[in-house]
Amino acid sequence: MTAIGDLTRPGPPHRRLGRPQAKGDRTVASVAFLIALWLSLLVALTFLVTLLVTTFLDGLVRLDANLLTQYSSQLFPERAGARAAILGTLWVIGTTIVLTVPLGVSAAIYLEEFGDPSKWYFRLVELNIQNLAAVPSIIYGLLTLGVASVLAPLLGLRNVNAVIFGAIALTLLILPVVIIATRESLRAVPAEIRAGSLALGATPWQTVWRQTLPAAVPGIATGTILAVSRAIGEAAPLLLLGAYVFVTFDPNGLFSSFTTMPVQIYNWTSQPQIEFQQVASAGIILLLFMLLLLNGVAILIRNKLQRRW
Amino acid sequence: MSTTVSGGRSSGDGPSPGSGGPQAPLGGNFLRPSSRRVGERVVLAGLATSALLSVLVTVGIVVSLVLPAVSFWREISIVEFFTGTRWTPTFADPDYGVLPLITGTLWTTAIGLAVAVPLGLAAAMYLSEYANPRVRRIVKPVLEVLAGIPSVVLGYFAVTFFAPDLLRGLLGIGVGAYSVLAAGIVLGVFIVPVIASLAEDAMTAVPDALRQGSAALGANRMSTTLKVVFPAALSGIVAAVVLGVSRAIGETMILAIAAGGRAQMVDSPLLEGQTMTGFIAQTATGENAPGSLAYNTLFAVGLTLFAMTLLINFVSIRLVRRFREAY
Repeated sequence: MTAIGDLTRPGPPHRRLGRPQAKGDRTVASVAFLIALWLSLLVALTFLVTLLVTTFLDGLVRLDANLLTQYSSQLFPERAGARAAILGTLWVIGTTIVLTVPLGVSAAIYLEEFGDPSKWYFRLVELNIQNLAAVPSIIYGLLTLGVASVLAPLLGLRNVNAVIFGAIALTLLILPVVIIATRESLRAVPAEIRAGSLALGATPWQTVWRQTLPAAVPGIATGTILAVSRAIGEAAPLLLLGAYVFVTFDPNGLFSSFTTMPVQIYNWTSQPQIEFQQVASAGIILLLFMLLLLNGVAILIRNKLQRRW
Repeated sequence: MSTTVSGGRSSGDGPSPGSGGPQAPLGGNFLRPSSRRVGERVVLAGLATSALLSVLVTVGIVVSLVLPAVSFWREISIVEFFTGTRWTPTFADPDYGVLPLITGTLWTTAIGLAVAVPLGLAAAMYLSEYANPRVRRIVKPVLEVLAGIPSVVLGYFAVTFFAPDLLRGLLGIGVGAYSVLAAGIVLGVFIVPVIASLAEDAMTAVPDALRQGSAALGANRMSTTLKVVFPAALSGIVAAVVLGVSRAIGETMILAIAAGGRAQMVDSPLLEGQTMTGFIAQTATGENAPGSLAYNTLFAVGLTLFAMTLLINFVSIRLVRRFREAY
């Protein structure tokens, strides 16, 4: 048996071989295969470029101050703007962030730092979060509609179109994503940090609050920003809450009626006049610009602040 | 962009807490020998409540869908709902057969997958097996940008450019302003990044030793990719495709904008057709009185949709277990 033991014992560190070199890659079949792979990527790339270029060309005429300062108007489509939609997006997304971050981060801290993975309820919560991440967004709209239909009369609202309900729908939508991202960044913090903190006499919660959580902040921020940019582009659940309306005033509170950028774009898209198509394109440029900016920030945080342990 | 969060990081490969990984002595819940301070317990209870909230959400979804759906089926027989081939809830003489909506969803999903599976897997194979780091640094962000484009934008692109200018104008395909073909293809491109990202993770996780063994036996890179790496990563690839399916079924805005609003038994991809999600989005105004038949109809269709995605998720979990290879 000693011989086998010798064989399985790790020997001196050998040079890693890595990926094998390409040999015999010049047959017709394998060249055709590689070209097929290239073409597939080219299709996706061409699609993206065409989308950006055609939208930009369509919307260029309407990239003006009216887009930012005017309300949408049925009578003057050539002057219609996204003012109410921009403010509505800021209100709804702001409220969504306020609701999502504390809830998502606490749930992730519990699951990652305190929960007992051998318990059945832990596995239930874990499986449940994975399932929720795959639920279609419009289902969250139906859920919120069901809750809002009960709550709206109690709150004295005329209908279910209120900022707070929109924010609840989007919170439910991105909560699983934020929880999963936060758990991953907490997991990446080495256990020695926690052990050191405990050894110095910190309580478990002090350890989490002063050591683990600050170390995980860049990862949490990146994950949250990406989730929020998904929420910004989401229209389906908000349609159920009656966001498909011409709002001609500034939303001014949690119970105010609202529309958001994607819903406004959908609204313009369904109008027949050419002017609405143009302002829809201009709105899309604005929306994509906001999203690119957010994604840029997320990538910046990922590259500059994230620590490798 | 959510795919980059859940699947794009390599840290997900590490041992999950308490799974008995190499970090077992320090990993997981070693914080638990808890302090007896009251404050600590209050905080812990708060954290646990947040985690339990997710279960509450699931219960909420089921209850909020089932209650109105049941009162819908009290008025409209469930047999008529699932076997009827006419869906005309707004007509004076309404019919509530959901099959046209399901047919519409199946058409767009099938067309979408016919586009997304080959493109997504090809992108994944290229990124994982062929691309050098420099190319990856360019291609991956492009896919991420594509993944981050809101679906309402893709729907708009489908009706303003893709259907009239490309399909009808350039290729001479006889599609109308709305068609399941145009909507399905754009839906497919929308899902490409989802499939590509997850499938690439699965293929990258295949150990290099398998590739070396394959090369040592004289296989070229194509054979290694198709006959060694692909089968070895099959469970992850299946999971990627299944996630693509459930995204396609649940996607709303592309279909509400580009597939059309007439519910009919679609028998040609050139026709327009309404999907389940498209019906909900086009009908919901926020003014439907709770308890009315129109309101309950939304939930009956929603419950059907939810049941379908749930079923696919469970099939996915079974399939992934069936094909799993451990290294």
